Amino acid sequence: MGQIPHLLVHDHGDNVGVVVVEGLTAGTEMLCVVTHDNSDFKLTANADIPIGHKVALKDLAEGDTVMKYGEDIGKMVGAAGTGDHVHTHNCKTKRW
Amino acid sequence: MFDANSTTVMAWRRENGRVGVRNHVIILPVDDISNAACEAVANNVKGTMALPHAYGRLQFGADLDLHFRTMIGTGANPNVAAVVVIGIEPEWTQVIVDGIAATGKPVTGFSIEQKGDFETIRAASWKAKEYVHWASELQKEECPITDLWVSTKCGESDTTTGLSSCPTVGNMYDKLIPHGLYGVFGETSEITGAEHICEKRAANPEAAEKFMAIFKEYSDNVIFAHQTDDLSDSQPTKGNILGGLTTIEEKALGNLEKIGRECTYIDALQAAEAPAKGPGLYFMDTSSAAAECVTLMGAAGYVIHTFPTGQGNVVGNPIVPVIKISGNPRTLRTMSEHIDVDVTGVLTREQTIDQAGDALIDMIRRTANGRFTAAEALGHREFVMTKLYRSA
Repeated sequence: MGQIPHLLVHDHGDNVGVVVVEGLTAGTEMLCVVTHDNSDFKLTANADIPIGHKVALKDLAEGDTVMKYGEDIGKMVGAAGTGDHVHTHNCKTKRW
Repeated sequence: MFDANSTTVMAWRRENGRVGVRNHVIILPVDDISNAACEAVANNVKGTMALPHAYGRLQFGADLDLHFRTMIGTGANPNVAAVVVIGIEPEWTQVIVDGIAATGKPVTGFSIEQKGDFETIRAASWKAKEYVHWASELQKEECPITDLWVSTKCGESDTTTGLSSCPTVGNMYDKLIPHGLYGVFGETSEITGAEHICEKRAANPEAAEKFMAIFKEYSDNVIFAHQTDDLSDSQPTKGNILGGLTTIEEKALGNLEKIGRECTYIDALQAAEAPAKGPGLYFMDTSSAAAECVTLMGAAGYVIHTFPTGQGNVVGNPIVPVIKISGNPRTLRTMSEHIDVDVTGVLTREQTIDQAGDALIDMIRRTANGRFTAAEALGHREFVMTKLYRSA
Protein backbone atom coordinates (compact mmCIF):
# COMPACT_ATOMS: atom_id res chain seq x y z
CA MET A 1 0.00 0.00 0.00
CA GLY A 2 3.01 2.35 0.02
CA GLN A 3 3.76 5.02 2.59
CA ILE A 4 1.84 5.24 5.87
CA PRO A 5 -0.31 8.40 6.03
CA HIS A 6 0.08 11.03 8.76
CA LEU A 7 -3.43 12.41 8.38
CA LEU A 8 -6.77 10.86 7.39
CA VAL A 9 -9.72 12.83 6.01
CA HIS A 10 -13.19 11.21 5.88
CA ASP A 11 -14.75 13.13 3.00
CA HIS A 12 -13.81 15.58 0.23
CA GLY A 13 -16.23 18.12 1.74
CA ASP A 14 -14.33 18.17 5.06
CA ASN A 15 -12.22 21.13 6.18
CA VAL A 16 -10.38 19.22 8.94
CA GLY A 17 -8.44 15.94 9.02
CA VAL A 18 -7.22 13.66 11.83
CA VAL A 19 -3.59 12.98 12.80
CA VAL A 20 -3.14 9.18 12.92
CA VAL A 21 0.53 8.90 13.93
CA GLU A 22 2.18 9.50 17.30
CA GLY A 23 4.73 12.26 17.79
CA LEU A 24 3.87 14.47 14.81
CA THR A 25 6.09 17.57 14.93
CA ALA A 26 5.69 21.09 13.56
CA GLY A 27 6.98 21.43 10.02
CA THR A 28 6.25 17.82 9.01
CA GLU A 29 5.04 17.54 5.43
CA MET A 30 2.10 15.21 6.05
CA LEU A 31 0.84 12.57 3.65
CA CYS A 32 -2.94 13.01 3.82
CA VAL A 33 -5.40 10.35 2.58
CA VAL A 34 -9.12 10.81 1.97
CA THR A 35 -10.65 7.52 3.18
CA HIS A 36 -13.71 7.92 0.95
CA ASP A 37 -11.70 7.20 -2.23
CA ASN A 38 -8.07 6.75 -1.08
CA SER A 39 -6.93 9.90 -2.93
CA ASP A 40 -4.02 11.72 -1.29
CA PHE A 41 -2.42 15.15 -0.94
CA LYS A 42 0.35 16.86 1.06
CA LEU A 43 -0.01 19.43 3.85
CA THR A 44 2.50 20.91 6.30
CA ALA A 45 1.67 20.77 10.03
CA ASN A 46 2.20 24.12 11.80
CA ALA A 47 2.42 22.67 15.32
CA ASP A 48 3.24 19.51 17.27
CA ILE A 49 -0.18 17.84 17.10
CA PRO A 50 -1.08 14.71 19.15
CA ILE A 51 -2.46 11.57 17.56
CA GLY A 52 -6.23 11.80 17.10
CA HIS A 53 -6.32 15.58 17.00
CA LYS A 54 -7.55 17.64 14.07
CA VAL A 55 -5.73 19.84 11.55
CA ALA A 56 -7.31 22.61 9.44
CA LEU A 57 -7.17 21.75 5.73
CA LYS A 58 -7.87 25.38 4.78
CA ASP A 59 -7.90 28.77 6.49
CA LEU A 60 -10.81 28.84 8.96
CA ALA A 61 -12.22 32.07 10.46
CA GLU A 62 -14.25 32.59 13.63
CA GLY A 63 -17.87 31.60 12.91
CA ASP A 64 -17.01 29.13 10.13
CA THR A 65 -18.71 25.73 10.22
CA VAL A 66 -16.32 22.83 10.78
CA MET A 67 -16.99 19.91 8.43
CA LYS A 68 -16.04 16.26 9.09
CA TYR A 69 -17.68 13.05 7.74
CA GLY A 70 -19.10 15.53 5.19
CA GLU A 71 -21.25 16.88 8.06
CA ASP A 72 -21.43 19.90 10.38
CA ILE A 73 -19.54 19.13 13.63
CA GLY A 74 -19.57 22.64 15.16
CA LYS A 75 -18.30 26.18 14.70
CA MET A 76 -14.97 27.96 14.93
CA VAL A 77 -14.74 30.30 17.95
CA GLY A 78 -11.27 31.45 16.91
CA ALA A 79 -9.24 31.41 13.71
CA ALA A 80 -7.06 28.57 12.40
CA GLY A 81 -4.76 28.78 9.41
CA THR A 82 -4.17 25.88 7.03
CA GLY A 83 -2.11 23.26 8.92
CA ASP A 84 -3.06 24.59 12.38
CA HIS A 85 -4.42 22.52 15.28
CA VAL A 86 -8.24 22.60 15.59
CA HIS A 87 -9.63 21.62 19.00
CA THR A 88 -11.48 22.97 22.05
CA HIS A 89 -9.41 26.20 22.03
CA ASN A 90 -10.87 27.32 18.70
CA CYS A 91 -13.85 25.05 17.95
CA LYS A 92 -17.14 24.49 19.81
CA THR A 93 -20.46 22.65 19.54
CA LYS A 94 -23.50 24.41 18.11
CA ARG A 95 -25.68 22.46 20.59
CA TRP A 96 -26.53 23.01 24.22
CA MET B 1 -13.81 -14.27 3.21
CA PHE B 2 -16.70 -14.75 5.60
CA ASP B 3 -19.64 -16.90 4.49
CA ALA B 4 -22.75 -16.41 6.63
CA ASN B 5 -24.36 -19.61 5.43
CA SER B 6 -21.56 -21.95 6.44
CA THR B 7 -20.17 -20.20 9.56
CA THR B 8 -21.32 -21.94 12.71
CA VAL B 9 -20.51 -21.84 16.40
CA MET B 10 -20.72 -24.42 19.17
CA ALA B 11 -23.11 -22.99 21.76
CA TRP B 12 -25.94 -23.86 24.14
CA ARG B 13 -29.47 -23.98 22.72
CA ARG B 14 -31.77 -23.02 25.63
CA GLU B 15 -35.28 -24.24 26.48
CA ASN B 16 -36.86 -21.34 24.55
CA GLY B 17 -34.73 -21.90 21.43
CA ARG B 18 -32.36 -18.98 22.02
CA VAL B 19 -28.59 -19.55 21.72
CA GLY B 20 -26.21 -18.78 24.59
CA VAL B 21 -22.41 -18.61 24.43
CA ARG B 22 -21.76 -18.94 28.17
CA ASN B 23 -23.25 -21.33 30.69
CA HIS B 24 -23.47 -19.32 33.91
CA VAL B 25 -25.37 -20.27 37.06
CA ILE B 26 -26.08 -16.88 38.62
CA ILE B 27 -27.09 -15.87 42.13
CA LEU B 28 -29.23 -12.79 41.55
CA PRO B 29 -30.09 -10.32 44.34
CA VAL B 30 -33.50 -8.66 44.08
CA ASP B 31 -32.18 -5.73 46.13
CA ASP B 32 -29.01 -4.19 47.55
CA ILE B 33 -29.44 -5.72 51.03
CA SER B 34 -29.49 -9.25 49.57
CA ASN B 35 -26.05 -8.86 47.99
CA ALA B 36 -24.28 -10.35 51.01
CA ALA B 37 -26.35 -13.56 50.98
CA CYS B 38 -25.84 -13.95 47.21
CA GLU B 39 -22.08 -13.48 47.56
CA ALA B 40 -22.01 -16.06 50.37
CA VAL B 41 -23.83 -18.62 48.19
CA ALA B 42 -21.45 -17.95 45.29
CA ASN B 43 -18.55 -18.45 47.68
CA ASN B 44 -20.01 -21.76 48.91
CA VAL B 45 -20.73 -23.20 45.47
CA LYS B 46 -17.97 -23.00 42.85
CA GLY B 47 -19.11 -22.43 39.28
CA THR B 48 -21.74 -19.91 40.35
CA MET B 49 -21.55 -16.13 40.20
CA ALA B 50 -23.28 -13.48 42.31
CA LEU B 51 -24.41 -10.28 40.57
CA PRO B 52 -24.40 -7.63 43.33
CA HIS B 53 -25.90 -4.23 42.52
CA ALA B 54 -26.96 -1.05 44.29
CA TYR B 55 -30.77 -0.85 44.07
CA GLY B 56 -34.14 -2.59 44.37
CA ARG B 57 -35.78 -1.00 47.41
CA LEU B 58 -38.67 1.51 47.39
CA GLN B 59 -38.54 2.03 43.66
CA PHE B 60 -41.86 2.80 41.94
CA GLY B 61 -43.49 3.50 38.57
CA ALA B 62 -41.37 3.37 35.44
CA ASP B 63 -38.21 3.10 37.55
CA LEU B 64 -39.49 -0.07 39.24
CA ASP B 65 -40.61 -1.47 35.86
CA LEU B 66 -37.08 -0.95 34.56
CA HIS B 67 -35.62 -2.61 37.65
CA PHE B 68 -37.79 -5.72 37.18
CA ARG B 69 -37.14 -5.73 33.41
CA THR B 70 -33.38 -5.63 34.00
CA MET B 71 -33.44 -8.33 36.70
CA ILE B 72 -35.74 -10.67 34.76
CA GLY B 73 -33.94 -10.02 31.46
CA THR B 74 -30.55 -10.76 32.99
CA GLY B 75 -31.79 -14.07 34.40
CA ALA B 76 -33.54 -14.88 31.12
CA ASN B 77 -30.42 -14.18 29.01
CA PRO B 78 -29.37 -17.35 27.13
CA ASN B 79 -25.83 -17.04 28.52
CA VAL B 80 -27.39 -18.04 31.86
CA ALA B 81 -28.24 -21.73 32.40
CA ALA B 82 -30.02 -21.45 35.75
CA VAL B 83 -30.76 -18.81 38.39
CA VAL B 84 -31.03 -18.58 42.17
CA VAL B 85 -32.88 -15.37 43.14
CA ILE B 86 -32.55 -13.95 46.67
CA GLY B 87 -34.53 -10.96 47.99
CA ILE B 88 -35.33 -9.51 51.37
CA GLU B 89 -39.07 -10.34 51.06
CA PRO B 90 -40.95 -12.96 49.03
CA GLU B 91 -43.28 -10.92 46.80
CA TRP B 92 -40.86 -8.98 44.58
CA THR B 93 -38.59 -12.04 44.64
CA GLN B 94 -41.46 -14.09 43.15
CA VAL B 95 -42.09 -11.46 40.42
CA ILE B 96 -38.51 -11.95 39.22
CA VAL B 97 -38.62 -15.76 39.55
CA ASP B 98 -41.84 -15.92 37.51
CA GLY B 99 -40.42 -13.65 34.82
CA ILE B 100 -37.31 -15.79 34.40
CA ALA B 101 -39.31 -19.04 34.58
CA ALA B 102 -41.19 -18.01 31.41
CA THR B 103 -38.05 -18.96 29.44
CA GLY B 104 -38.34 -22.55 30.74
CA LYS B 105 -34.95 -22.46 32.50
CA PRO B 106 -34.52 -23.64 36.11
CA VAL B 107 -34.98 -20.80 38.63
CA THR B 108 -35.74 -20.76 42.37
CA GLY B 109 -36.32 -17.83 44.71
CA PHE B 110 -35.40 -17.41 48.39
CA SER B 111 -36.31 -14.57 50.77
CA ILE B 112 -34.52 -13.51 53.92
CA GLU B 113 -37.20 -12.11 56.27
CA GLN B 114 -38.21 -14.53 59.07
CA LYS B 115 -35.14 -16.68 58.31
CA GLY B 116 -32.03 -14.52 58.33
CA ASP B 117 -28.96 -14.74 56.14
CA PHE B 118 -27.69 -18.07 57.58
CA GLU B 119 -30.79 -20.13 56.85
CA THR B 120 -31.31 -18.45 53.45
CA ILE B 121 -27.70 -19.07 52.43
CA ARG B 122 -27.96 -22.72 53.53
CA ALA B 123 -31.11 -23.42 51.48
CA ALA B 124 -29.98 -21.40 48.46
CA SER B 125 -26.56 -23.10 48.46
CA TRP B 126 -28.18 -26.55 48.16
CA LYS B 127 -30.21 -25.33 45.14
CA ALA B 128 -27.19 -23.61 43.59
CA LYS B 129 -25.15 -26.82 43.89
CA GLU B 130 -27.92 -28.82 42.22
CA TYR B 131 -27.99 -26.27 39.35
CA VAL B 132 -24.21 -26.38 38.88
CA HIS B 133 -24.21 -30.18 38.55
CA TRP B 134 -27.06 -29.96 36.03
CA ALA B 135 -25.64 -27.05 34.00
CA SER B 136 -22.13 -28.46 33.85
CA GLU B 137 -23.42 -31.50 31.94
CA LEU B 138 -25.32 -29.50 29.30
CA GLN B 139 -23.77 -30.08 25.87
CA LYS B 140 -23.07 -27.47 23.22
CA GLU B 141 -24.49 -27.89 19.74
CA GLU B 142 -23.67 -26.49 16.34
CA CYS B 143 -25.62 -23.28 15.61
CA PRO B 144 -25.46 -20.77 12.74
CA ILE B 145 -23.44 -17.68 13.77
CA THR B 146 -26.47 -15.61 12.79
CA ASP B 147 -28.50 -17.19 15.63
CA LEU B 148 -26.46 -14.98 17.98
CA TRP B 149 -27.74 -11.64 19.25
CA VAL B 150 -24.86 -9.14 19.08
CA SER B 151 -25.01 -5.68 20.68
CA THR B 152 -22.73 -2.67 20.32
CA LYS B 153 -21.73 0.44 22.23
CA CYS B 154 -18.40 2.27 22.08
CA GLY B 155 -16.45 3.88 24.91
CA GLU B 156 -13.55 6.22 25.58
CA SER B 157 -14.08 7.20 21.97
CA ASP B 158 -11.69 9.38 20.07
CA THR B 159 -11.28 10.32 16.44
CA THR B 160 -9.77 6.90 15.65
CA THR B 161 -12.99 5.09 16.64
CA GLY B 162 -14.91 6.93 13.92
CA LEU B 163 -12.17 6.07 11.42
CA SER B 164 -11.55 2.42 12.31
CA SER B 165 -13.20 0.47 15.15
CA CYS B 166 -16.76 1.84 14.78
CA PRO B 167 -16.93 1.22 11.00
CA THR B 168 -15.51 -2.26 11.71
CA VAL B 169 -18.62 -3.01 13.81
CA GLY B 170 -20.76 -1.41 11.08
CA ASN B 171 -19.21 -3.70 8.48
CA MET B 172 -19.95 -6.74 10.69
CA TYR B 173 -23.61 -5.68 10.98
CA ASP B 174 -23.85 -5.03 7.21
CA LYS B 175 -22.64 -8.60 6.62
CA LEU B 176 -24.55 -10.51 9.35
CA ILE B 177 -27.87 -8.70 9.77
CA PRO B 178 -29.18 -9.59 6.27
CA HIS B 179 -28.67 -13.26 7.28
CA GLY B 180 -30.81 -13.07 10.43
CA LEU B 181 -28.61 -11.61 13.19
CA TYR B 182 -30.22 -9.48 15.90
CA GLY B 183 -28.25 -6.25 16.49
CA VAL B 184 -28.74 -3.25 18.76
CA PHE B 185 -27.18 0.18 19.26
CA GLY B 186 -28.13 2.86 21.80
CA GLU B 187 -26.45 5.78 23.59
CA THR B 188 -29.26 8.34 23.19
CA SER B 189 -27.12 11.25 24.43
CA GLU B 190 -24.31 10.48 22.03
CA ILE B 191 -26.53 10.71 18.97
CA THR B 192 -26.91 14.45 19.65
CA GLY B 193 -25.74 16.23 16.52
CA ALA B 194 -26.47 13.25 14.30
CA GLU B 195 -30.12 12.63 15.24
CA HIS B 196 -31.24 13.74 11.77
CA ILE B 197 -29.00 11.06 10.26
CA CYS B 198 -30.19 8.45 12.76
CA GLU B 199 -33.81 9.34 12.02
CA LYS B 200 -33.20 8.61 8.32
CA ARG B 201 -31.71 5.18 9.10
CA ALA B 202 -35.07 3.87 10.37
CA ALA B 203 -36.58 1.04 8.30
CA ASN B 204 -40.08 2.50 8.57
CA PRO B 205 -41.82 5.73 9.66
CA GLU B 206 -42.98 4.21 12.98
CA ALA B 207 -39.40 3.38 14.02
CA ALA B 208 -38.22 6.87 13.01
CA GLU B 209 -41.04 8.47 15.01
CA LYS B 210 -40.32 6.33 18.07
CA PHE B 211 -36.62 7.19 17.89
CA MET B 212 -37.27 10.92 17.59
CA ALA B 213 -39.78 10.81 20.48
CA ILE B 214 -37.18 9.08 22.68
CA PHE B 215 -34.51 11.58 21.62
CA LYS B 216 -36.75 14.59 22.33
CA GLU B 217 -37.89 13.19 25.69
CA TYR B 218 -34.26 12.66 26.66
CA SER B 219 -33.19 16.15 25.56
CA ASP B 220 -36.11 17.89 27.31
CA ASN B 221 -36.36 15.87 30.52
CA VAL B 222 -32.76 14.90 31.16
CA ILE B 223 -30.43 17.40 29.52
CA PHE B 224 -32.40 20.64 29.53
CA ALA B 225 -34.04 19.87 32.90
CA HIS B 226 -30.74 19.25 34.70
CA GLN B 227 -28.03 21.13 32.85
CA THR B 228 -26.10 23.78 34.74
CA ASP B 229 -23.81 24.71 31.86
CA ASP B 230 -23.35 23.82 28.20
CA LEU B 231 -22.39 20.21 29.09
CA SER B 232 -18.99 20.64 27.52
CA ASP B 233 -17.43 19.38 30.76
CA SER B 234 -19.24 16.05 30.31
CA GLN B 235 -19.90 15.53 26.61
CA PRO B 236 -17.45 14.96 25.04
CA THR B 237 -15.76 13.47 28.13
CA LYS B 238 -12.30 14.53 29.26
CA GLY B 239 -10.98 11.27 27.79
CA ASN B 240 -12.69 11.97 24.47
CA ILE B 241 -11.13 15.45 24.37
CA LEU B 242 -7.65 14.10 25.13
CA GLY B 243 -8.23 11.77 22.18
CA GLY B 244 -8.98 14.69 19.87
CA LEU B 245 -12.79 14.82 19.85
CA THR B 246 -13.96 18.42 20.16
CA THR B 247 -17.78 18.48 19.96
CA ILE B 248 -20.76 16.20 20.67
CA GLU B 249 -21.69 16.35 16.97
CA GLU B 250 -18.27 14.97 16.01
CA LYS B 251 -18.59 12.23 18.64
CA ALA B 252 -22.12 11.34 17.46
CA LEU B 253 -21.08 10.98 13.82
CA GLY B 254 -18.29 8.59 14.83
CA ASN B 255 -20.70 6.70 17.08
CA LEU B 256 -23.18 6.14 14.22
CA GLU B 257 -20.45 4.54 12.09
CA LYS B 258 -21.26 1.42 14.17
CA ILE B 259 -24.49 0.80 12.24
CA GLY B 260 -22.72 0.42 8.93
CA ARG B 261 -23.70 1.59 5.50
CA GLU B 262 -26.71 -0.60 4.70
CA CYS B 263 -28.47 -1.47 7.97
CA THR B 264 -31.73 0.16 8.98
CA TYR B 265 -33.27 -0.23 12.43
CA ILE B 266 -36.70 -1.79 12.60
CA ASP B 267 -37.78 -0.58 16.04
CA ALA B 268 -36.77 1.76 18.89
CA LEU B 269 -36.75 -0.06 22.24
CA GLN B 270 -37.07 1.14 25.82
CA ALA B 271 -34.10 0.39 28.08
CA ALA B 272 -33.72 -3.40 28.64
CA GLU B 273 -36.74 -4.14 26.39
CA ALA B 274 -36.37 -7.37 24.42
CA PRO B 275 -36.67 -6.93 20.64
CA ALA B 276 -39.97 -8.35 19.39
CA LYS B 277 -40.11 -7.61 15.66
CA GLY B 278 -37.86 -10.40 14.41
CA PRO B 279 -34.25 -10.41 13.21
CA GLY B 280 -32.61 -7.10 12.37
CA LEU B 281 -31.08 -4.00 13.90
CA TYR B 282 -32.75 -2.19 16.82
CA PHE B 283 -32.16 1.14 18.56
CA MET B 284 -32.37 1.12 22.38
CA ASP B 285 -32.81 4.15 24.66
CA THR B 286 -29.75 3.92 26.95
CA SER B 287 -27.29 6.04 28.82
CA SER B 288 -23.90 6.33 27.16
CA ALA B 289 -22.13 5.16 30.32
CA ALA B 290 -20.53 1.86 29.31
CA ALA B 291 -21.48 -0.46 32.17
CA GLU B 292 -25.10 0.77 32.30
CA CYS B 293 -25.53 0.37 28.56
CA VAL B 294 -23.99 -3.12 28.32
CA THR B 295 -26.08 -4.25 31.33
CA LEU B 296 -29.30 -3.04 29.63
CA MET B 297 -28.44 -4.75 26.34
CA GLY B 298 -27.64 -7.99 28.16
CA ALA B 299 -31.01 -7.73 29.92
CA ALA B 300 -32.69 -7.40 26.50
CA GLY B 301 -31.21 -10.79 25.57
CA TYR B 302 -28.02 -9.95 23.66
CA VAL B 303 -25.29 -12.58 24.19
CA ILE B 304 -22.14 -10.96 22.77
CA HIS B 305 -21.18 -7.29 22.94
CA THR B 306 -18.86 -5.57 20.43
CA PHE B 307 -17.15 -2.56 21.99
CA PRO B 308 -15.04 -0.16 19.91
CA THR B 309 -12.66 1.95 21.99
CA GLY B 310 -10.17 4.65 21.15
CA GLN B 311 -8.50 5.81 24.36
CA GLY B 312 -9.07 2.42 26.04
CA ASN B 313 -12.25 1.67 27.99
CA VAL B 314 -11.75 -1.46 30.14
CA VAL B 315 -15.44 -2.39 30.80
CA GLY B 316 -16.76 -5.95 31.01
CA ASN B 317 -19.99 -7.64 32.05
CA PRO B 318 -20.64 -10.67 34.28
CA ILE B 319 -22.75 -12.63 31.78
CA VAL B 320 -22.03 -11.09 28.36
CA PRO B 321 -18.55 -11.38 26.78
CA VAL B 322 -17.46 -7.88 25.72
CA ILE B 323 -15.17 -7.88 22.65
CA LYS B 324 -12.94 -4.77 22.53
CA ILE B 325 -11.87 -3.38 19.18
CA SER B 326 -9.35 -0.57 18.81
CA GLY B 327 -7.53 1.15 15.98
CA ASN B 328 -5.53 3.58 18.11
CA PRO B 329 -1.84 2.58 17.96
CA ARG B 330 -1.05 4.38 21.24
CA THR B 331 -3.77 2.37 23.03
CA LEU B 332 -2.47 -0.88 21.52
CA ARG B 333 1.02 0.09 22.65
CA THR B 334 0.08 1.07 26.23
CA MET B 335 -2.88 -1.18 27.17
CA SER B 336 -3.07 -4.08 24.74
CA GLU B 337 -4.16 -6.48 27.51
CA HIS B 338 -7.66 -4.98 27.13
CA ILE B 339 -8.00 -5.26 23.34
CA ASP B 340 -9.32 -8.33 21.50
CA VAL B 341 -9.31 -7.07 17.91
CA ASP B 342 -6.49 -4.80 16.69
CA VAL B 343 -7.58 -2.68 13.72
CA THR B 344 -4.67 -0.23 13.72
CA GLY B 345 -4.03 -1.38 10.15
CA VAL B 346 -7.06 0.64 9.08
CA LEU B 347 -5.24 3.86 10.03
CA THR B 348 -2.01 2.84 8.31
CA ARG B 349 -4.06 1.81 5.25
CA GLU B 350 -2.71 -1.74 5.49
CA GLN B 351 -6.16 -3.14 6.32
CA THR B 352 -9.50 -2.29 4.69
CA ILE B 353 -12.74 -1.88 6.66
CA ASP B 354 -13.95 -5.01 4.87
CA GLN B 355 -10.98 -7.00 6.21
CA ALA B 356 -11.43 -5.50 9.68
CA GLY B 357 -15.11 -6.51 9.63
CA ASP B 358 -14.12 -10.09 8.76
CA ALA B 359 -11.59 -10.09 11.62
CA LEU B 360 -14.33 -9.01 14.03
CA ILE B 361 -16.72 -11.70 12.77
CA ASP B 362 -13.98 -14.26 13.31
CA MET B 363 -13.47 -12.99 16.89
CA ILE B 364 -17.25 -13.24 17.47
CA ARG B 365 -17.07 -16.85 16.24
CA ARG B 366 -14.11 -17.66 18.51
CA THR B 367 -15.72 -15.91 21.50
CA ALA B 368 -18.96 -17.84 20.96
CA ASN B 369 -16.91 -21.05 20.84
CA GLY B 370 -15.49 -20.27 24.25
CA ARG B 371 -12.46 -17.97 23.91
CA PHE B 372 -12.33 -15.67 26.93
CA THR B 373 -12.44 -11.99 25.99
CA ALA B 374 -9.81 -9.68 27.48
CA ALA B 375 -12.47 -8.34 29.87
CA GLU B 376 -13.35 -11.89 31.02
CA ALA B 377 -9.69 -12.83 31.51
CA LEU B 378 -9.11 -9.65 33.53
CA GLY B 379 -12.21 -10.19 35.71
CA HIS B 380 -14.24 -7.19 34.54
CA ARG B 381 -17.80 -7.93 35.69
CA GLU B 382 -19.42 -4.49 35.81
CA PHE B 383 -23.15 -4.98 36.43
CA VAL B 384 -24.81 -1.58 36.77
CA MET B 385 -28.54 -0.95 37.05
CA THR B 386 -29.97 2.15 35.38
CA LYS B 387 -31.99 4.28 37.82
CA LEU B 388 -34.49 6.75 36.40
CA TYR B 389 -35.20 8.82 39.53
CA ARG B 390 -35.01 8.90 43.34
CA SER B 391 -36.74 6.10 45.26
CA ALA B 392 -39.82 6.74 47.40
